[in-house]
Amino acid sequence: MVPIFWYLILAATLFCIGVGAFLIKRNVITIFMSIELMLNAVNLTFVAFAHHWHQVSGQIFVFFVMVVAAAEAAVGLAIIIALFRTRATLNVDSVDLMKL
Amino acid sequence: MYLVLFFIFGGLCVAGALNLLFQRHPINSALSLIVVMSSLAVLYLLLGAEFLAAAQVIVYSGAIMVLFTFVIMLLNAGREELTHGSKAAYLIGIPGAAALFALLVYMFLSNRAPLGSAALGNYLVTTTDLSRVLFHQLLLPFEVTSVLILVAILGAVALARKEP
Repeated sequence: MVPIFWYLILAATLFCIGVGAFLIKRNVITIFMSIELMLNAVNLTFVAFAHHWHQVSGQIFVFFVMVVAAAEAAVGLAIIIALFRTRATLNVDSVDLMKL
Repeated sequence: MYLVLFFIFGGLCVAGALNLLFQRHPINSALSLIVVMSSLAVLYLLLGAEFLAAAQVIVYSGAIMVLFTFVIMLLNAGREELTHGSKAAYLIGIPGAAALFALLVYMFLSNRAPLGSAALGNYLVTTTDLSRVLFHQLLLPFEVTSVLILVAILGAVALARKEP
């Protein structure tokens, strides 16, 4: 028997580590990976609540999040390749063309 | 047994996520993210989501992370240089994330009584249950996602193509 709120606290921990990695990391690929980590944390919350309410809809939501994450990963990595081709860097601080 | 499995794989999740945060080389971060995603698949199984556990292994730790490692190796990404990021991100972002974590933990702890607990095998969503909802009530969103995937493939090809 594991209380559901342990799962929720685990998901919150993963999400906040993802937020921290998003802010601290300087490599654009690692930043993208921390977004995936945050998506996974939210998925765990959905599954935990689906278990709590005995509802299938939470798991359906996770399914759609997975599909959108796959599409997002494909497009995002293509953008990173295009970025590397034009600027020859992966550091986000060097990509500040639109910064004021 | 259930408790032991939860602690092993929950601990692996947090350890992998922290490793992602502290590693300087992107390939190490990618491999630790694979650890996180595979452990999450086990946690999904513990919560009775067998289809999602399989999909997590196939889609996330399979397809998406292979794409990530492929791009890291293709671009020959080295160790990231330590440059100073935005001041506002450190001053507001990190305490903000900590505050968010504290708020979430406080909310979950204060509502822990009505949340109940999960035991192994008392609730299992089979693929039949999932597909019954997915192909009856949610058929249109399901088909729209296939269009989304198609658009994403076209966009990825158009973006990654060499400029003529």
